[in-house]
Amino acid sequence: MVGKTGFFSHSVFPQAGGTRSTRQSVIRRRGTGLASIWRYLLAGLGLAALLVGVLAVVYLTAPQSAQLAGPDVSRTKKTDNGLYMASFVPERGVVRQGELESWLLTLKTKTGASVERAAIAISGGMPQHNHGLPTSPQVTDYLGEGRYRIEGLKFTMSGWWQLRFAISSGAGSDTVLFNVVL
Amino acid sequence: MKRPFCFLALMVAVILGGCGKPDFSDAEKKTIASLALNTLPLLKPDTTNRFADVPAAAALGSTLFFDLGMSRDGTVSCSTCHKIDRQFQDDLPQAVGVGRTNRRTMPLAGVARDPWFFWDGRRDSLWAQALTPLENPLEQAGNRATYAHYIKARFGERYERIFGPLPDFSGVPLNASPLGNEAEKAAWNTMNDAQRDAINRVFANIGKAIAAFERSIEPSQSRFDRFALDLATGAEPKGDAVFTPEEIRGLKLFIGKANCVTCHNGPRFTDSSFHNTGVPPVADLPPDRGRIDAVAQVQADPFNCFGAYRDGDVVACGELRFMVKDAPQLIRAYKTPSLRGAATRPPYMHAGQFSSLDEVVAHYAKAAPSVEGVSEIHPLQLSDRERAALVAFLKTLAE
Ligand code: HEC
Ligand code: HEC
Repeated sequence: MVGKTGFFSHSVFPQAGGTRSTRQSVIRRRGTGLASIWRYLLAGLGLAALLVGVLAVVYLTAPQSAQLAGPDVSRTKKTDNGLYMASFVPERGVVRQGELESWLLTLKTKTGASVERAAIAISGGMPQHNHGLPTSPQVTDYLGEGRYRIEGLKFTMSGWWQLRFAISSGAGSDTVLFNVVL
Repeated sequence: MKRPFCFLALMVAVILGGCGKPDFSDAEKKTIASLALNTLPLLKPDTTNRFADVPAAAALGSTLFFDLGMSRDGTVSCSTCHKIDRQFQDDLPQAVGVGRTNRRTMPLAGVARDPWFFWDGRRDSLWAQALTPLENPLEQAGNRATYAHYIKARFGERYERIFGPLPDFSGVPLNASPLGNEAEKAAWNTMNDAQRDAINRVFANIGKAIAAFERSIEPSQSRFDRFALDLATGAEPKGDAVFTPEEIRGLKLFIGKANCVTCHNGPRFTDSSFHNTGVPPVADLPPDRGRIDAVAQVQADPFNCFGAYRDGDVVACGELRFMVKDAPQLIRAYKTPSLRGAATRPPYMHAGQFSSLDEVVAHYAKAAPSVEGVSEIHPLQLSDRERAALVAFLKTLAE
């Protein structure tokens, strides 16, 4: 992309020079009607070409800049009503598309204490595709220190996924939403 | 007067040049690379079938796949519908075996990589799948007791070399099955548990041998793969690896504006999952609700991963364990088919609803609502030229 933009900005300069030389040659001929039509025609064509060039650059770069904005993908979050700090990470460190995976959800209270014996319900889906999760992940183990193993997650396509946890323990009930972008 | 012309000529050349040569963003290149066949991972072992990679089992499976004797009246085999020279399908809107079925025959390239089988995924392993047509009255229409007797009589020695000694079938009726007609069901009920288990075990092993054979059916390289490989390595494409501007436009639409790649992704062009895409039902066929009705069937199947006939550890049963059981998204959801080779095997969809790729693309552009449940497809603004480009691209997957 950089190369192309550079190319276009280069080609703008000969245009400025070109216009000047047109003006000079027209002055030399003492401006007959034909010459001035030529002048406007050329200037018009030149401007049109420039416009097309600029549009081409805008068109070619637009989809990329649009991708920069996206949902918040942080892996550690305060729950919606602030009861817990939750963090959600893939157990093996990496996310692999199309495979059953297990992730760890770690729950701490506001004061940093581990949340034990929490009941956790999981839901989610892809907000842009009208569909929920392709599997029904479940908490399968409590590993101590507020860590819960969640098995059966599967991301079948690239894009924006959402995972919602409804958490309930002695400290109260709260919810949290994690975005995962593949 | 010369320089403005030079400039104009240059501008025109730049613009035309920009349109003519394949020009992909880094994100597009990454997506294209992820679709190429060279990224297909090695086939994983199937621990639920310990014969999956035993050559003698695959050889017996191949024999059974083509054997007309594996049907009630000796006229139908797997290969009647899954034709070896037609991408293992039959070009019909609905398959015809002993009777006419309600669904289209699925091509089999790469099928061993899927977690679920059939359009609605009502079986969870390749070997459990193979048992279904054998007893379906519209397909091979046999029953498991007959198959066990037949295997012993016809392939006894080959079977025993792979699976060990065959049980004693004396006292086992010639025709019996829990899924058969009234007489066959009654005969099944007269058998004791040991006899039923012995028959089920031979029946499961038939499936395991056929599955071992099916694991060798893999997708083959297409023009698209040669193009993608050259794009990835930066090599100048040669011969048929050169894409026309129309094919490039189609590819860009497929992975961009038309969103096809969200479901048709990876080197097989499928996410192996289920979606309602608003495909209309066929008028004279019984109601078909897709995945939602398959959940109970796979759970009830005695040959599923949790059942007694699985080899290996239960950890292999993650798909069944974490299956979505009831969600509105399962209504009229069907398995995303691979698009490799699709251009040369119309008709399309689970009951052959569309007879050409033009019709398929028109369906996606219109995105009509589903008769039941909610379609995941959003309407697309596609010009005639763009539709033709999508079809041109799909053809590169079949050349
Ligand atoms: C009468 C034609 C017919 C016969 C005979 C037949 N099939 Fe099929 N096959 C089909 C149809 C139709 C489907 C899709 C059915 C559905 O979704 O309900 C299918 C689906 C499959 C699938 C699932 C593919 C996928 O991607 O999920 C496999 C595997 C398969 N058949 C293998 C076999 C084997 C092995 C045999 C022989 C034991 C066999 N078939 C016999 C017509 C047939
Ligand atoms: C939401 C997921 C999804 C999207 C997006 C999607 N497809 Fe599909 N596609 C499917 C499913 C599911 C089927 C099978 C539907 C059925 O049989 O009812 C299918 C079937 C097809 C078939 C028929 C293949 C066969 O063997 O029958 C073609 C061709 C196809 N899609 C092409 C496309 C194109 C081109 C696009 C983009 C315009 C696209 N698909 C977008 C999921 C999707």
